[in-house]
Amino acid sequence: MSDAGLLETLLRRIEAADGGVDSLETASILGVDHQVLVGAVKSLLALEDLISAELRSSKHWELSGEGTEIAEQGSHEARVFSSIPPEGLPQSELMKLSFGKIGFSKAMSNKWIKVDKTHEGGPRIFRSVENIEDQVRDKLLLVQKGNTSQLEEKEKNELKKRKLLSEVTVKSYWITKGSCFSTTITKPETELTPEMIANGSWKEKKFKPYNFEALGVAPDCGHLHPLMKVRTQFRQIFLEMGFTEMPTNNFIESSFWNFDSLFQPQQHPARDAHDTFFISDPALAHEFPLEYLERVKKIHSEGGYGSQGYKYDWKIEEAQKNILRTHTTAVSARMLYKLAQQEKFTPVKYFSIDRVFRNETLDATHLAEFHQIEGVVADRGLTLGDLMGILHQFFTKLGITKLRFKPAYNPYTEPSMEVFSYHEGLKKWVEVGNSGVFRPEMLLPMGLPEDVTVIAWGLSLERPTMIKYGINNIRELVGHKVNLQMVYDGPICRLES
Amino acid sequence: MPTVGVKRDLLFKALGKTYTDEEFDELCFEYGLELDEITSEKEIISREQGDSKASGASDVILYKIDVPANRYDLLCLEGLVRGLQVFKNKLEAPRYRRVSPLSGEPQKLIITEETVAVRPHAVAAVLRNITFTQERYDSFIELQEKLHQNICRKRSLVAIGTHDLDTVSGPFTYTAKPPAEISFKPLNQTKEYTATQLMSLYKTDSHLRHYLHIIEDKPLYPVIYDSNGIVLSMPPIINGDHSKITLKTKNVFVECTATDLTKAKIVLDMMVTMFSEYCSQPFTVEEAEVVYPDGKTCKYPELAYRKEKLSSDFVNRKVGINESTETIARLLTKMCLRSEVTGVGDEIEVEIPPTRSDVIHACDIMEDAAMAYGFNNIPYTTPRTYTVANQFPLNKLTELLRQDLAAAGFTEALNFALCSTEDISDKLGKKISETRAVHIANPKTVEFQVARTTLLPGLLKTLAANRKMPLPLKLFEISDVVLKDDTKDVGARNSRRFCAVYYNKSPGFEVIHGLLDRTMQLLEVKSQRGDGYHIQAAEDSTFFPGRCAEIFVGGKSVGRLGVLHPDVITRFELTMPCSAVEMDIEPFLGHPAEATLTHDVPLHEVIKHHFPSQVPNSRPTSTKTVFGDVSSAAGLKALDDFLADKSYMEGFEATQADTTMFDAIPSAPSSTFSHLLRWYNHVKSFLRERANLPSAKTQFVLEEDDDDDDDMDLFGSDDEEDSAEVEKLKEQRLAEYAAKKSKKPALIAKSSILLDVKPWDDETDMAKMEECVRSVKMEGLLWGQSKMVPVGYGIKKLQIGCVVEDEKVGTDLLEEAITAFEEYVQSVDVAAFNKI
Repeated sequence: MSDAGLLETLLRRIEAADGGVDSLETASILGVDHQVLVGAVKSLLALEDLISAELRSSKHWELSGEGTEIAEQGSHEARVFSSIPPEGLPQSELMKLSFGKIGFSKAMSNKWIKVDKTHEGGPRIFRSVENIEDQVRDKLLLVQKGNTSQLEEKEKNELKKRKLLSEVTVKSYWITKGSCFSTTITKPETELTPEMIANGSWKEKKFKPYNFEALGVAPDCGHLHPLMKVRTQFRQIFLEMGFTEMPTNNFIESSFWNFDSLFQPQQHPARDAHDTFFISDPALAHEFPLEYLERVKKIHSEGGYGSQGYKYDWKIEEAQKNILRTHTTAVSARMLYKLAQQEKFTPVKYFSIDRVFRNETLDATHLAEFHQIEGVVADRGLTLGDLMGILHQFFTKLGITKLRFKPAYNPYTEPSMEVFSYHEGLKKWVEVGNSGVFRPEMLLPMGLPEDVTVIAWGLSLERPTMIKYGINNIRELVGHKVNLQMVYDGPICRLES
Repeated sequence: MPTVGVKRDLLFKALGKTYTDEEFDELCFEYGLELDEITSEKEIISREQGDSKASGASDVILYKIDVPANRYDLLCLEGLVRGLQVFKNKLEAPRYRRVSPLSGEPQKLIITEETVAVRPHAVAAVLRNITFTQERYDSFIELQEKLHQNICRKRSLVAIGTHDLDTVSGPFTYTAKPPAEISFKPLNQTKEYTATQLMSLYKTDSHLRHYLHIIEDKPLYPVIYDSNGIVLSMPPIINGDHSKITLKTKNVFVECTATDLTKAKIVLDMMVTMFSEYCSQPFTVEEAEVVYPDGKTCKYPELAYRKEKLSSDFVNRKVGINESTETIARLLTKMCLRSEVTGVGDEIEVEIPPTRSDVIHACDIMEDAAMAYGFNNIPYTTPRTYTVANQFPLNKLTELLRQDLAAAGFTEALNFALCSTEDISDKLGKKISETRAVHIANPKTVEFQVARTTLLPGLLKTLAANRKMPLPLKLFEISDVVLKDDTKDVGARNSRRFCAVYYNKSPGFEVIHGLLDRTMQLLEVKSQRGDGYHIQAAEDSTFFPGRCAEIFVGGKSVGRLGVLHPDVITRFELTMPCSAVEMDIEPFLGHPAEATLTHDVPLHEVIKHHFPSQVPNSRPTSTKTVFGDVSSAAGLKALDDFLADKSYMEGFEATQADTTMFDAIPSAPSSTFSHLLRWYNHVKSFLRERANLPSAKTQFVLEEDDDDDDDMDLFGSDDEEDSAEVEKLKEQRLAEYAAKKSKKPALIAKSSILLDVKPWDDETDMAKMEECVRSVKMEGLLWGQSKMVPVGYGIKKLQIGCVVEDEKVGTDLLEEAITAFEEYVQSVDVAAFNKI
């Protein structure tokens, strides 16, 4: 019977029936497998309100293959009994029979038979009773006839244990007419087509409902890296605040610009091989603005501009050493020096977000290279209050409004302040950045006017990104061990929310 | 940042107050300290060595406090307590005094010449009648250790030795000897060793082995002997056991040997200021005399008190507050900087004690005032700095490209700028010598041997780490590589690259090629030879033979693309075919209209700045004005009268005349001069933009009379002579310059001309005609190549080129000369004219 034929037959039976039809019954009447009929019911159900079907389930006991055999031929033990003639049977002969082994032990325990082990020609088996009653077979026959209820639960379970009976759950449907019942099937359309739009047939058609629970198909697209997305936002914030981007595309820097020009003494621990990557090739920088270099040397070794200096033997060899820059402030130093070379001072606001390098011990939150965010403002007469005001504006754009400042130490800023923000989740103050006012010993040798103050602050890009995207191990974020699935699934970056 | 561990209860006892952990944390925060951890010895041991080792250890609560790296005076309990007590106004900062011994000569430390090559400096002092307890003793030892680790730079700059003075007898000799000749019983050892033996003994000492390198390879080792030849110490390694300090020690001899004298003095000052508290005469230190090889002598410790003067206005202006001079002096005193109002204007005299070696400039004093005021009490203000933001053009281009590359279906990767040598050479089938790579001298692991010269290895490693992801994998990165470049001051430069890879079951060259085409489309470069872009087969060992092409833009190579060599794929632990493109993006920058910033600095200064060795006082010393002396009431009265009907000194806006006069007035005038006070406060509000105010027309403030003027006159005016000389020099230079300029040959302007010379008819002898044309000779005319170009009806014209000097030969002249050959030439036209 073809599928369509079955559907129509089924519909006609439903139409003819009073109330409804049972799927199991219908299947046996129509002579089709119940599963096929259930398939037909399901496909009719997909057509809206054509029929309705109520799932019913019933349990009944069924004989297993072995059980059926026993019902027909008797239990193994009964067959053993009946196969033993009055003169007995050698045990070896009995064991050759298909039911021999199982039937023997059961018949022995029923005490229907006995074994004469001393019999000449090997052990021989004799009947020990005249008649037997094959209860197992009787019970199975009861089940086969559908009179299962006459058996006790205990008996059923024992037969089940012997794998002669099994309990079967039968699911069937009680099928009734739906509100839009009809014996003819109009198959609903799955999708709107250009033809339907052209000929207007969509007006008559029925459309298959969508499953809104399912997910859509993922678009085929590329993705930006989360850290770079956050970087874009920080750039945006600085640009909104009128800051000009510094050219930080120089990873290799001389110690002079990275340390000396910032009034960081040559014995400072940060200049150790433990903290800084030195370059072996090209090992030394070979060009410096010499007049400026002389002034830097002087401020370190003798002081000046109102400063005591560090009073040590400043060596150009140390300043010449090339390194991987340890902070982008090296570029800020270059930019401020260039600013000082202008005919007339003009205020500037600079920023940069770029890589810096530290030869530190690595762990889950520290890498040898990371991105530093830096902001610098140079103008006449700036105050510490101005620095705090700018920091407040900057962090407000990041969604951080509660700030607190802790006095700190940094060789090239005075005052120096660590910036703390109140973390609502952790319920405590956490450090979010560093800031300060550049020392006159750094600015005056550059040639900046005396009343010019330069304020600056910095923070890492990785930390806010890890917090934003809930990443615990920095290696999953930066570097080749990145989890691409994380990159694929990453949301857009809105720092303020 | 150094961390100091102190016992909580001891600390609170010394502070005379018990705090909760939160309260103490808060106090630390205010003072620039950080309560890093609350722990106990037991906890520390159990964390580091396991619970079993910790049983029996003390569970007294310890505070671990982070101290700023330049505050050596806070590195022990004594210093911390003193600092905090003064801060809380519970204690007046003690005065440290150097005293002579009550009887006899001071202790002498004689430095011999041999020390010069190894450790030339030494300073010393004596703590007389000190009383140690176990806690004080521990703190004494701990402070030495903290100083050694911080300012002494792990003993390389300074090493401290402390000795029981009663076990040795001066004078002491600081000398240097060959290691085999030094022999003594070192601290906590039972027998004598030579210095050579000691060096090998301490090779395995977890603590001392870190200091051996300081003197190890020197021919002579430093050593200090007493007058009986007893070894006090062999700096910077170990003291002698003989002069060991015990709880019973009453008199301590402190010596510091150093390679940096300034630091040695600071360290000695720290040791004695911190512990002189426990001497019978608290805060006094007995001097010691150091005798130099040249016979010069110096007394130590220096315990120098330095005085600095600054104005409260300076502090107010830098911090952004408005406090009275007295208040600021009081705030500074809280920070152990005893300050007094001098009464001259708003001047404050600040005394910097020997414990505050970190104060080296007025800005350090200003910071202390801000800290005492409370950073978090400073009102937030917004500077009125007006600036226009610019993006760095290379970053702007990068940002825009990244967006569209992601839109093209590629995912952005972000790889390290550092990698192994192998990554950029062997694994790519290249020799390291070909790479122009920058090499790192001190990498801790192979991952940091070089700065990358290509983005490709990073992307391939990213592929390898994400092999489980569904194919195809499409990645890109736009980032910097680093290349050696002699034209840069540091000998290297960054280069911004774009790299992309396609990893799938088939190589997908067409995908990568398509991405290149799309990129060029984004960059507005057309696919054409010449000024567009094209690709051309190339050989490259990174790529599969015959599957690599070079990318040319405007005839210049900018990068390569192709299918990777199977060996390269395998070496990066990949299994599928992969194609890649990598190219420079800097050539696509174009020429932004805005001036571009670069990090290159001018090597010679064009602007000559005036660099005074001392910052001049921002106020002119003169108080003399046309109104009289404004430091006097009479002067102020006159000025007040003057200002009664005026807003400004001159005209109707603030000028420099106002600020100069403002500066001349020593302090804010009293309210009796109401007009003056109004004007004074008004001008004060201009202080920020004072430099931008229009200049003054009238000089109201007069120069201070200089008493030296008369003396100067004896020699005539130096100034004038100077300027005359300068003038002369300048003229001379100008003359030289002009001479040079005239000698230099002026650039000769030339043009290349192409002439069309037409004959009369097809029977004209063209060869003869050309001969005639070429016969024209002029100065500055050079004939070039020629050819016959058909015109029609069998007639040809002569097309001939020539180069002329513009000043000497004009086209008119040429045409005239040629048309002169009438029998051949019908006409002459200029077909092309180009300036060379």
